[in-house]
Amino acid sequence: MTARPTATDSERATELDRLTGWLDERTGFARVARTVLRKIFPDHWSFLLGEVVLFCYVILVLTGVFLTFFFAADTRPVTYDGPYPPLRNAEVSAAFDSVMRLSYEVRAGLLMRQIHHWAAVVFVAAIVVHVCRIFFTGAFRRPREINWLVGVGLLLLALVAGLTGYSLPDDLLSGTGLRITDAVVAAVPFIGPWLAYLIFGGEFPSVELIGRFYVFHIMLLPALMIGGITIHLLILWFQKHTQFPGGSGAEEALEENVVGRHFWPGQVFRSLGLFFLTAAILAVLGGLVQINPVWVYGPYIPSAVSSPAQPDWYLGWLEGLLRMGPNLEPTILGITIPSLFGPAIVIPTIVFGGFALWPFIEARVTGDHRDHQLLQWPWQAPVRLGIGAGVLTFFIVLTLAGGNDVLAVYLRVGVEQLTLAFRILVVVLPIVVGLVAWRLGVERRRREDEG
Amino acid sequence: MRNRPRIEWLIAGLFGLTAACGLLLLVVYILGGQTQVEGLLLGVALAAIGLGVVLWAQELMDTPIVVEERHPATSSAEEAAEFQAALTEEAGFTRRRLLVGMLVAAFAGLGAALAIPALSLGPAPGREQFTTSWRKGSRLVLGDGMPIHAGDLPIDSVVTVFPDGVPGSADSQTLLIRVPPDLLRLDPARAAWAPEGYVAYSKICTHAGCPVGLFRATDRVLICPCHQSTFDVLRGAAPIFGPAGRPLPQLPIRLLEDGTFVADGDFSEPVGPSFWNLTSGDGG
Repeated sequence: MTARPTATDSERATELDRLTGWLDERTGFARVARTVLRKIFPDHWSFLLGEVVLFCYVILVLTGVFLTFFFAADTRPVTYDGPYPPLRNAEVSAAFDSVMRLSYEVRAGLLMRQIHHWAAVVFVAAIVVHVCRIFFTGAFRRPREINWLVGVGLLLLALVAGLTGYSLPDDLLSGTGLRITDAVVAAVPFIGPWLAYLIFGGEFPSVELIGRFYVFHIMLLPALMIGGITIHLLILWFQKHTQFPGGSGAEEALEENVVGRHFWPGQVFRSLGLFFLTAAILAVLGGLVQINPVWVYGPYIPSAVSSPAQPDWYLGWLEGLLRMGPNLEPTILGITIPSLFGPAIVIPTIVFGGFALWPFIEARVTGDHRDHQLLQWPWQAPVRLGIGAGVLTFFIVLTLAGGNDVLAVYLRVGVEQLTLAFRILVVVLPIVVGLVAWRLGVERRRREDEG
Repeated sequence: MRNRPRIEWLIAGLFGLTAACGLLLLVVYILGGQTQVEGLLLGVALAAIGLGVVLWAQELMDTPIVVEERHPATSSAEEAAEFQAALTEEAGFTRRRLLVGMLVAAFAGLGAALAIPALSLGPAPGREQFTTSWRKGSRLVLGDGMPIHAGDLPIDSVVTVFPDGVPGSADSQTLLIRVPPDLLRLDPARAAWAPEGYVAYSKICTHAGCPVGLFRATDRVLICPCHQSTFDVLRGAAPIFGPAGRPLPQLPIRLLEDGTFVADGDFSEPVGPSFWNLTSGDGG
């Protein structure tokens, strides 16, 4: 290999230049890295939402690995003899005991556990906001339908990862959640009972349950998610990012160009900063704001239940659906349709099915099959705006309905009256909000067309 | 242009703050650790470096807005044709239809064979869905295994009971409720199931399986705290509000001479959340 006139020879050479020069002489990576560093990314604050999701995932993996060193995925009974007085000498599962030790006896253990849980909460929240940005600006339109589907898959995986994660401590609250999950799985048409036995390892509560969910939570789901995230980002990279019409500064954004900053150093430094700031917020939350205090709930006992009992926020809508469900349970020709079937299986399937297929539905209805690199402002597609606003309202009302017992106490009304009110609101309010959003969108678009 | 030296000092200070907080965190850890202090120090350390990096990019780096062409994603007709020729022609896929078909079948069969072990994860649901640990003659005991006596329970109160020998059993947990006998409006066929106003129902909600933990004595209803399914104790635990679609199964019980209770058989129906083949248990 002959010496090349690289930066190594110049007097301004730095250690970094020498290192990359050494590597490039052996791999030729600079040729590829050059185009990577020069990649152009459009700049808008809302494009950072997806990055927050990615950073939460990184923090989840880092803190999660720490937690695995201390967690025992074992339901065998042990006697708690740790430093938390109210539970001393209580019979708890080895899993619950290990979470207690992690929280009270391992240095920085509680901090890591709480950062992990907070990161999960923010992770799903950031996904939802990111999806809203994608939806309302029409970023999912051709050619980005594949990435929309990958994203929907990742959202569902995130929900399951959250559920399997907060079930692991084997406390009273999560045990109740698992009991409900088992019932929901059993409501899958016909194969439900078999499916539930397959997932839970037998009749609820089986001794294998925590071990099962541990494997799901730390192996299968993270593996699927890292694969999905990789595909998501590769497609983003090769298709190039969308951009808002108007552009930045003097350069006008068009369908045929990309207006933005180079990946290096502008984007990388900003993103790195965003990573640290996301981590900072999670660290402060994890240190100062208590989350999932399992010692308050106590160990899981099948015949006991805590009230009120709410899941993590991102499954509140399902809880609301379960609470609002009608008490219909017909038996036809010897087949019983469980009352959970409608609220827990049919409605989520329709909503998430429509959500996943939305790019194709919209293209079919509008007849618009062109490529779109320029985003729309939400009011530029009023029907989409109305439907999106309606669906969001639907989920918000359901989430509130999932806390109807808490709300009833707070509002000083009977939980029965509140449930009846929610049954009406969950149908009426999404329609009203959807129509109002659609109307406002139409008005705004007309004003813009005239102006 | 901003005052560059001053911003440089600010960023350097932020990085210094991160380093200092990191070291302090180490000290706190060595001294025994304290969750709130750890969280704050870690948060400040991360916030400072994050802010410093962003400021560096915003204020000191030359990151102009640039433009480049967006190339169509679709390959040219020539490239696509070359690709397809290489994919199918060179491999002989177009000529050997039979082999390609059988290769697909082979992969399908192999895939199915490899997926079969997943079925080992759970047993097929058998009779246990339809039965509990209650047998004719099982004595009603409390969670600590001690028998419950008729005198222990005041009118309009409730206690959780289990079959003797399996206290704490998940699928056999039962509520024993004492109500004024003359108020009971049970199905005539079940008249003998509730001696002296003592009536026993499965504690597992027929909706989603939560323990039906709340008894409202004013109108004698059982309420599931999870989804507020409400069951009328006097009328065979029929659902009167909320999402549950069928009554809580009733346990036939007898009151013995010594004041203890025994079951007169298993529950009237399968306990717990309803499932698709719920009624198939009746015919065996």
